[in-house]
Amino acid sequence: MFWTVTLSLMKGMLTTFQLFALTLLFAIPLGLVVSFGSMSRFTPLRGVVKVFVWIIRGTPLMLQLLVVYYGPGLLFDWDLLPRFQAVLVAFVINYACYFSEIFRGGIQSISRGQYEAGEVLGMTRSQIFFKVTLLQVIKRIVPPMSNEIITLVKDTSLARIIAVYEIIWNGQKFIKSDGIIWPLFYTAVFYLLFNGVLTILFGLLEKKLDYFRV
Amino acid sequence: MAILEVKHICKRFDDTEVLKDISFSLEKGQVVSIIGSSGSGKTTLLRCLNFLEQPDGGTITVGGEVLFDGADPSAQKEKEIRRKRLHFGLVFQSFNLFPQYTALRNVMLAKELLAKQRPDYKKNKKQILSEIEEEARNLLTQMGLEDRMDNYPYQLSGGQCQRVAIARALALSPDILCFDEPTSALDPELTGEVLKVIKELAAKKTTMIIVTHEMAFARDVANQVIFMDDGYIVEQGDPVQVINNPREERTRQFLARFDQEN
Ligand SMILES: Nc1ncnc2c1ncn2[C@@H]1O[C@H](COP(=O)(O)OP(=O)(O)OP(=O)(O)O)[C@@H](O)[C@H]1O
Ligand SMILES: [Mg+2]
Repeated sequence: MFWTVTLSLMKGMLTTFQLFALTLLFAIPLGLVVSFGSMSRFTPLRGVVKVFVWIIRGTPLMLQLLVVYYGPGLLFDWDLLPRFQAVLVAFVINYACYFSEIFRGGIQSISRGQYEAGEVLGMTRSQIFFKVTLLQVIKRIVPPMSNEIITLVKDTSLARIIAVYEIIWNGQKFIKSDGIIWPLFYTAVFYLLFNGVLTILFGLLEKKLDYFRV
Repeated sequence: MAILEVKHICKRFDDTEVLKDISFSLEKGQVVSIIGSSGSGKTTLLRCLNFLEQPDGGTITVGGEVLFDGADPSAQKEKEIRRKRLHFGLVFQSFNLFPQYTALRNVMLAKELLAKQRPDYKKNKKQILSEIEEEARNLLTQMGLEDRMDNYPYQLSGGQCQRVAIARALALSPDILCFDEPTSALDPELTGEVLKVIKELAAKKTTMIIVTHEMAFARDVANQVIFMDDGYIVEQGDPVQVINNPREERTRQFLARFDQEN
């Protein structure tokens, strides 16, 4: 039984991992775009972006999932998105908004003096961004990003509410089929291992950026 | 002919006029000190010269080339401004070193980036870069930092940071080097080492504009002192005369208040 459960959980973990990795892959660049929008000097754009971020951060991810999955069908009579894609879209939008706030905080924490020092030395805007500020921003955002990313690992469990078979779903199904509950708790081991690896990786990254101070 | 001519520069932020008709000139190899009370517009003037602010009117001419003309409405293109501002260097009160680079890399960075635009960069890359490094090492040695080149800014004292910042500005060989209160962020015991290197630069005929609250230093280092008050140049002339024997009542009041505080 133990091996059957383990195998089944590993299969769930694969889905969990796919959702996690794809969310990161899309949410980080999208978050950067959103953060630029929220810092735009063009007031209407800034306003729209801020309201959007407020809505996304102010409502439960679970509701957003349901809206993305059922919304287009209910409103426009469209076909439903495939389940996994619907979850992915909801996660990417949600996490892009959270990341955007972290990016914005990181970018705005760099003092004007750094930009001005670059300017008076004849650097272009992009040289200042890539050669002067980027690494400082990264150093500042590693701790909040690692928090958010570890939260993402656990949030993936929400995907089961529209029947995406991630690890919790795989653990839970044994309650019905075999009347055993321990597989559900066993999933914690997988989460812990995964987050343990992430924690170590972020620790290494932080250490690597330890050679200077901002 | 003067290397720098500033004529009728005005600058306002919203409703407050911060610079009201500033005119002065500076000969090559000479030093001008700018003194004046807080809020009189000294920083704003330096920022206008370095294109960090755009004046509302007036002209700035360097070596005969008009860099800024308030009457010429054609918008200043970013690329043009980048070229023009290289006539000036600016040393900030708060150093603004790049924290992720060593002292040496701080000095080399801008020059390296500029070198990339040279047509022969690809061909002579190695040689160009080693020349830039050589120059940077010389500058840091000149600043008394030969054993600090590989330190990061957080490992340096304020006085050392400011000397790296001076070397960084000198690396681009500006025509005119501007200092905005270079020692105001420093403990008194570190002030001396920075003032000393600035004096050495003056002895080497570096053209400089120095905003400072160190009156004795302003008098000793400069060929000319400008006293600013409320956006105007109230008095300018020989350093000993302006500081020891001011003509204007406003200058006298400022210096008297200054003596009391120190
Ligand atoms: N970006 C800005 N926006 C609005 N007002 C500004 C701005 N920069 C400067 N000022 C105002 O301009 C005036 C002159 O400022 P400035 O910094 O040039 O004075 P300063 O002579 O350098 O003073 P200090 O000795 O304190 O450095 C001040 O009243 C200041 O509040
Ligand atoms: Mg000032």
